[in-house]
Amino acid sequence: MLLRHTPKEVAERSALTINPAKTCQPVGAMYAALGVHKCLPHSHGSQGCCAYHRSALTRHYKDPIMATTSSFTEGASVFGGQANILEAIQNIFNLYDPDIIAVHTTCLSEVIGDDLTQILNKAAVDGKIPANKKVIHANTPSFKGSHVTGYSSMVSSFVQHFSENTGKKLKQINLVPSFIEPSDMSEIKHLADSMGVKYVMLPDTSDVVNGPMDGKFRMYPKGGTTLDQIRSMGDSMRSIALGRVGSLAAAKLLDTKCKVPYDVFDLPIGLKATDDFVDAMRKAAGVSVPESLMLERGQYLDVMIDMNQYASGKKVSLVGDPDILIGMAAFCAENDMKVLHVVSGTAPGPKFERRIKELCGDGVVVKTGPQADMFYFHQLIKSERPDLVFGNTYCKYICRDEDIPLIRVGFPIYDRIGHSYFPVTGYRGGLRLLERVLDAVMDRQDRDALEEKFELVM
Amino acid sequence: MADQHTAVDQEAFKEETLAKYPAKLAKKRGKQIIVNKVEGDDQVPEILANTRTTPGILTMRGCSYAGCKGVVLGPTRDVLQITHGPIGCGFYSWLTRRNQTRPATPESVNFMPYAMSTDLQEDEIIFGGEKKLKAAVEEAIALFHPKAIGIFSTCPVGLIGDDVHAVAREMEEKHPGINVFAFSCEGYKGVSQSAGHHVANNKVFTDVVGLDDTPKEGKFRFNILGEYNIGGDAFEIERIAEKCGLTIHSTFSGNSTYEEFISAHTADLNVIMCHRSINYLAEMMEKKFGIPWFKINFIGADSSAKSLRKIAAFFGDSDLIAQTEKVIEEEMAKVNAVREEIKARCQGKTVALFVGGSRAHHYQELFAEIGMKTIAAGYEFAHRDDYEGRKVLPDIVVDADSRNIEELKVESDATRYRPRKSEAEIAKMEASGFSFRDYEGMMKDMGEKALVIDDMNHYEMERLLDAYHPDIICAGIKEKYVVQKRGIPMKQLHSYDYMGPFAGFEGAINFYKEIDRLVHSSVFKMTKAPWESSPELSASYGWND
Repeated sequence: MLLRHTPKEVAERSALTINPAKTCQPVGAMYAALGVHKCLPHSHGSQGCCAYHRSALTRHYKDPIMATTSSFTEGASVFGGQANILEAIQNIFNLYDPDIIAVHTTCLSEVIGDDLTQILNKAAVDGKIPANKKVIHANTPSFKGSHVTGYSSMVSSFVQHFSENTGKKLKQINLVPSFIEPSDMSEIKHLADSMGVKYVMLPDTSDVVNGPMDGKFRMYPKGGTTLDQIRSMGDSMRSIALGRVGSLAAAKLLDTKCKVPYDVFDLPIGLKATDDFVDAMRKAAGVSVPESLMLERGQYLDVMIDMNQYASGKKVSLVGDPDILIGMAAFCAENDMKVLHVVSGTAPGPKFERRIKELCGDGVVVKTGPQADMFYFHQLIKSERPDLVFGNTYCKYICRDEDIPLIRVGFPIYDRIGHSYFPVTGYRGGLRLLERVLDAVMDRQDRDALEEKFELVM
Repeated sequence: MADQHTAVDQEAFKEETLAKYPAKLAKKRGKQIIVNKVEGDDQVPEILANTRTTPGILTMRGCSYAGCKGVVLGPTRDVLQITHGPIGCGFYSWLTRRNQTRPATPESVNFMPYAMSTDLQEDEIIFGGEKKLKAAVEEAIALFHPKAIGIFSTCPVGLIGDDVHAVAREMEEKHPGINVFAFSCEGYKGVSQSAGHHVANNKVFTDVVGLDDTPKEGKFRFNILGEYNIGGDAFEIERIAEKCGLTIHSTFSGNSTYEEFISAHTADLNVIMCHRSINYLAEMMEKKFGIPWFKINFIGADSSAKSLRKIAAFFGDSDLIAQTEKVIEEEMAKVNAVREEIKARCQGKTVALFVGGSRAHHYQELFAEIGMKTIAAGYEFAHRDDYEGRKVLPDIVVDADSRNIEELKVESDATRYRPRKSEAEIAKMEASGFSFRDYEGMMKDMGEKALVIDDMNHYEMERLLDAYHPDIICAGIKEKYVVQKRGIPMKQLHSYDYMGPFAGFEGAINFYKEIDRLVHSSVFKMTKAPWESSPELSASYGWND
């Protein structure tokens, strides 16, 4: 047993987190900034933060993750990091020539009180920022929130700095997704494209962190929301925020700053949530749903019905980030699976638990925030055993010990590649997620069936 | 491509690379990019190392916490490790370094799959985190009953002034029998992971080594320092040592236990794999307990043989020496069979290595064994002595960033100091060419005009790839896909790309095969689609005719 020291009995903890079900804000901010075209994320702190975040994202995507750091030493930690970031800005524009530097703070720079607004203003006034180049920042100390809120803060920062209401109304909608994979961002765009909806998606990491191999390294890959697109979001008809915890802040800001009204939806994971999103786009843009999407919907539903006997009644435990957890819970519920446990290290607010219970019934155990970690999640599993676990790569230790199949979703996934290329969102994502669930459940049935009960046709 | 690199003048490459930098930075990097030259008496040019990375430069480097918690202590399975700070640092150092470990039984203690953190929140940053740390230690003790607990400080802990050492003392008093110690390895200390290595060495020396005077059973007992068992390297070294009749008392810190640490001073020899990360401990153990040390290298089959011979010669036992020769002969027969076959295919190919504080040196030998030439190499976080040899130690200027890492004053132990060899014996051995406290550095072993680049950054890497077109690059995860997107195979030498072992004899065979696979793989040859190299047909559809 790899996790041999984890007891079944739960003892109250108030200080120690064991095997966290979240990580820190800056990595989310770095990821969000990669979703803006020709933007270089910059970590204002000591080198280790940037090295860790780049490593984590690189292991997850198996693609280059480029970001710079202010390289604080003890001196900078005492006297402030202003000199470091001013030097960094000059070097970055000289060597790497991005259009935008998106600075995120760290524990270190937050504790010493570096005022990035003031420092970056000074950089602009002193002529340290070349014409047509931009430097923005988001405050993302690790002692608050999680990687999901860090992502949200950086997305909001782009809106804050760039989106403008120029008075004209553009026939486009804004799509603001929560912290999801590039494949999911592509799928959401595919839904909008299929309907002929004009949109701006912020951020958009598709074709950035899942780029092709063509023999060239590109510091700034083809993808990402452009600066002009972000500006134009202030003139859009409406914003649709997908996944409350990771996307609401930016959508709200577009409303308060630019008077663009917004709707917030669950991530379009599963049939019903995708229906809701498609319907919202249909109404917002005044378009009709094309046959091609009806086909995708119909195919997913067809498989749901054909294979319901294998999914129905299966017990599942979910761990990860709040917005994705709601999506997974909805997917499980619509396939008649029974969700036992939902755990997230991110504290998502009271609406989260209400929503999970709406979807899964009151019997589900929900724990979020402090000490809602994978150690506790494992203890829950030891008390009531699920047939499947949904979570990130770290769940493999639990699943090996307990001999339970793992459906990898969320962040990070260090040991498989599907998440970069194959979505869980949209009808096609639902179909693929269901396929993975069925493969896991049915492989298990094949493995465990008595010889006389072994089925050829299933 | 083999000879392409020789077409490029190294001095011109250096000059053109530096031209893009502002004057001050160019001057600094100019001292960190050296065209190698080995003169009489193994004189090599001076290089600037262990110096700050300039802000904004895309560096490979990490931080002091990573060096302390991640590198040195991380591989230890039964010291319970608590990261004191916000959640990120503990999360990222959770199982990501591939330190393999093999507990004695399925029930034996193994905390390695657990990441523990105080997950400091804003309130604790404002009002102090000591109370939470104490509570966390109490909770850890109640759940895991460890013999030893290490506490690792992250950046904000140092800034808000939490006294982690006082907390450790208080917890130890409250729980006699549990050794609680803390590391001031805040990420901003020093200029790289290197500072964290030093912090780790100091604390392991003062609070761990020497607590138990019971020697391990077995003849020819020695410790291996600076072997972290990535990909099972330490398992292979254990296999070979056992076959020769040697007894490894403790490995710092791959596949190790706390019990082995606390009695490590009873061994008769320390040998060092990774000089950078752990030479401090060898030095201090020699001063306090009289244990001699020398550098060995188990990366490369020839180096492994050489290292085994040196260890056997140190103990000087004729049976041991004979058995060692027998083992080497047996193992080398297997190695040579594979080596010859692969060498025929890899001969003349070129490699550049930018990694660590010793691997950029050690792995050159493995490549050389299959005929591959190192055209450029550099360390991520090493010091001048790792490049130029320990002879430069007296000349190294201690700057402000290094000064804040404590240099312990070590005296010989009143009762336990016991020189393993008399002065006369040592003099005699040295006269016959045996060396102690000896690391001659990487540059002496590198070819004339090879490039030596300290703290290599992204821009310089791109320049290097453009100018020299090496057949393979070795570095870490952050560099991996930058290189591979250009169609150049890349081998990670931190994580080994989740393979290994690469140490010892079996490791050498694994490595030869792996490099052969990488440089000859068909997957890099399909980048261009057929239509990219043929002219477009006039705009007509074939079937319209």
